[in-house]
Amino acid sequence: MAHSILRRLAVSAAAFTALAAIPALFSTPAVAQQKPIKVGFSMALTGPLGAGGKSALIGMEIWRDDVNAKGGLLGRPVEFVYYDDQTNPAKVPPLYTKLIEVDQVDLVVSSYGTNVIVPAMPIVMRKKMVFPALFGLAVNDEFKYDRYFQIMPAGPVPKEDWSRGFFQIAKSKNLKTVALAAADAEFAQNAVDGARKIAKSMGFEIVYDKSYPPPTTDFAPIVRAIQATNPDVVYVGSYPPDSVGMVKAANELGLKTKLFGGGMVGLQFAAIQKNLGPMLNGIVNYDFWVPAPTLNFPGIDAFLKKYQEKAAAAGVDPLGHYLPPWAYAYLEVLGQAVSATKSLDQDKLAQHMRTTTYNTIVGPVKFGANGEWASTRALMVQFRDLKADNLEQFTKAGSRVVLYPDSVKSGELAFPYRQ
Amino acid sequence: MTGAATTVITDPGLFLNAVVAGLLLGGFYAAVALGLSVAFGQLDIVNIAHPAFIIVGSYFAYLFGARYGFDPVITGILLTPVFFVLGMAVYSIYYASFERTGQESLSGLAFFFGLMFIIEVTLIMIYGVDYRLVSAPYIGVNWKIGVVDFPLRMAIPFVVSMLMTIGLYFYLSKTFIGRAILAVSQDRQALQLMGADPVKIKQVAFGLALATASIAGALLIVIGPVEPSINREYIGRAFAIVVLGGMGSIAGTVLAAFILGIAESFVLTYASPSWAPAVAFGILLFTLAVRPSGILGRPS
Repeated sequence: MAHSILRRLAVSAAAFTALAAIPALFSTPAVAQQKPIKVGFSMALTGPLGAGGKSALIGMEIWRDDVNAKGGLLGRPVEFVYYDDQTNPAKVPPLYTKLIEVDQVDLVVSSYGTNVIVPAMPIVMRKKMVFPALFGLAVNDEFKYDRYFQIMPAGPVPKEDWSRGFFQIAKSKNLKTVALAAADAEFAQNAVDGARKIAKSMGFEIVYDKSYPPPTTDFAPIVRAIQATNPDVVYVGSYPPDSVGMVKAANELGLKTKLFGGGMVGLQFAAIQKNLGPMLNGIVNYDFWVPAPTLNFPGIDAFLKKYQEKAAAAGVDPLGHYLPPWAYAYLEVLGQAVSATKSLDQDKLAQHMRTTTYNTIVGPVKFGANGEWASTRALMVQFRDLKADNLEQFTKAGSRVVLYPDSVKSGELAFPYRQ
Repeated sequence: MTGAATTVITDPGLFLNAVVAGLLLGGFYAAVALGLSVAFGQLDIVNIAHPAFIIVGSYFAYLFGARYGFDPVITGILLTPVFFVLGMAVYSIYYASFERTGQESLSGLAFFFGLMFIIEVTLIMIYGVDYRLVSAPYIGVNWKIGVVDFPLRMAIPFVVSMLMTIGLYFYLSKTFIGRAILAVSQDRQALQLMGADPVKIKQVAFGLALATASIAGALLIVIGPVEPSINREYIGRAFAIVVLGGMGSIAGTVLAAFILGIAESFVLTYASPSWAPAVAFGILLFTLAVRPSGILGRPS
C-alpha cells in the first residue's frame, strides 16, 4: 500500500515537473519565466528635488535593463516597484510600509536626498532590511543602523568631510579669514555646520557666519555684507536657485576674495552650468564625478551615453554627471551583493556590503562602519576657462579641474579667485 | 565689537547700496503684486493662482528665448494680449461657476487653488521639474554710479515694473473702462444703474490683472532660475503687499512693495538674513494693527 502511494506520488511529481518544463521549451530567455526580484523605493519625481529624482530614475532604469539583458539576478528578472514621494517627507513612511507589506518587495533602496531618506529609516529598520541610500548627508548619525549604505562619497564623517577638501586648499594657500553663508534648510545647515567645525579646527577666523531664508530673491545685499568683512575665503552652502543668485551677485558686484565656493548645490547641473558659463570661472565647489582622466572608471562612458539619449526625451539634466551615475552605482552595489551571496537574505547581504569593495562605474566603493564611504572622495573642483552659452565644454576634461582629494587630483588651483 | 563689524555698520556705501537694492527688489515685488492688487484688491477675487500664472509667463519667456532667441522682457510684453484673453476666459468660468450663484468666497478660493495645481502639474508634464534660466546681454552686467551698484538683472525689472505700474495707474484713472473698473470695486449697483455691465467690466479688469503676470513672469526669470512650484514662494509675499498697501490701491501696492523690498535688503545687509520674512510680515502685522485698511487703503 505504502509502496503504491509512493509510486503514485513519484509519477505525479514527474508529470508535474514535465508539465512545468513545457513552457520553458518554448521561451527564451529563461529569465523571463522566473518570478521577478522586486526592488522597491519611493523617488522624488516632483517637488523641490524632482529634477534630480527624475534623472536618478533614468540611471536606475538603465541598471535594471543592463542587469536583465545579462540574465537578471540569481537567474530572475529585476522589476522596480516605485512611487513618487513628491520630495515630501510626510509621504515617505506610508510608501515604504506599502512597498514592504503590500507589494512585498524583495529589496528596498532609498529615494534621493536627505529629507526623504530620513523618514524611511524607521520603517526599513523595523524589517531589518539593507538600505542602500542615494545622497543622504549624515542620515545615520542619529539612527546608527548597521544595514544603511550610503553611496554619496562624502566620507566617514560626512558633515565635515564634505568641506574638508575646501579648507585644506585654503590652508595650503595660507588663508586666514572665512565667511560662511548658508540657506536655512537641512542640507545647507548640515554642510555649513561641518564647514564651521573644520574651519575652527584648522585655525581659521570666522568673520561672517549667517543663514538666509530659501525664498531669498536678491543676493546682492548678502554679498555686500560678506565683502564688508573682507574675508580670504567665502564658503556657501546653498540650493540651486540660491547658488545661481549668489554666483550672479558675486560677479555683478565683483566680490573680492581669494577662494569662493564650497557647498553650492546646482553648480553641478547642466542647465545651470550652461547659463552661468564664465561666471563660474575660478569658483571651487564640491562635486562627485567630472570628466577627468583620473575619474574615467570602466563603464562610466557607456552609461553616460545611454543616459544622455534618454535624458533629452525626459527633459532632465542632459549631461547627467552629478546624480545619475550614483543612482546606477547604488544598485550596482546591491546587485553585486545579491550575486555574490546568491541570496536575498538580508543578513547575508548586509554582511557582504559591510566587508566588500565593489567595483562600480563611479569607481571602487567601500563602506565604513557607519554605512558611509570608508574614506572621503568628495571632490573639490575648480571651474576653468568657461565660455558663455556652451554646454559642450562641460563634457571635456579641464573645464572642471579636480583639486581634491590627491588620489584623483587632475590639476593645480588657479589662485586667487578675484583680487 | 570687532573692527570688521564696526566697518559694516558705519560704511555709507553699504547703507546706500542697501537702500538701492531694496528699491530695485521692491520694484520687482510691485510687478508680482500688481495683478493681485487689481484682482484681489479691486475685484475681491482671491486669485491664489496669480503667482502660478506668473510662472507661466516665465516659461513663455524661457521658451521664446530658447527657441527663437527672443529677449525675455520683450516676450513678456508681446504676450500680454494672450494673458489678457486668458484672464477674461478664467473670469468667465469663475463668474459662471461661483460668483453668479454667490458661492465665490470658499468655492472660488478652492477654484483658484485647484487652478494653481493644474498649472503646476501641466508645466511639470510639459517641461519637467528642472530649473529653467534665460540668457540676455544685460544679465550679469553691473552699472556702478559712485559707490552705488545697479545690477541690470535687478534694474531692468525695476524699470519695466515701474512703467507697467504707471501705465496701469493712468489707464485706471484716466480712461472710461479704467474708471468703470474702479467704480465696480466700490459700488457695483451704482455702476449698473449707469448702464454699464459690471460683469463685462470685471472681465476686462481680470484680463488686465493676468496680463501683468506675463511681464512679471519674464522679470522673474531674468532675476533667477524658475521651476513650476516656485510660485508658492510668492503667494504670501504678493498678498502681504496688497494688504499692506491697502486693498485696491495701486499706489499703495507700489509703496508696500518698496517697504518690503527695503526691509528685506536691510535685514540681509545688517542683521541675520534669516529674519527677513519675519521682519516683512512683522511690518504687515504692525501696519494692520494701527491702520487696518493698509497704508493707502480707504477706511471701510
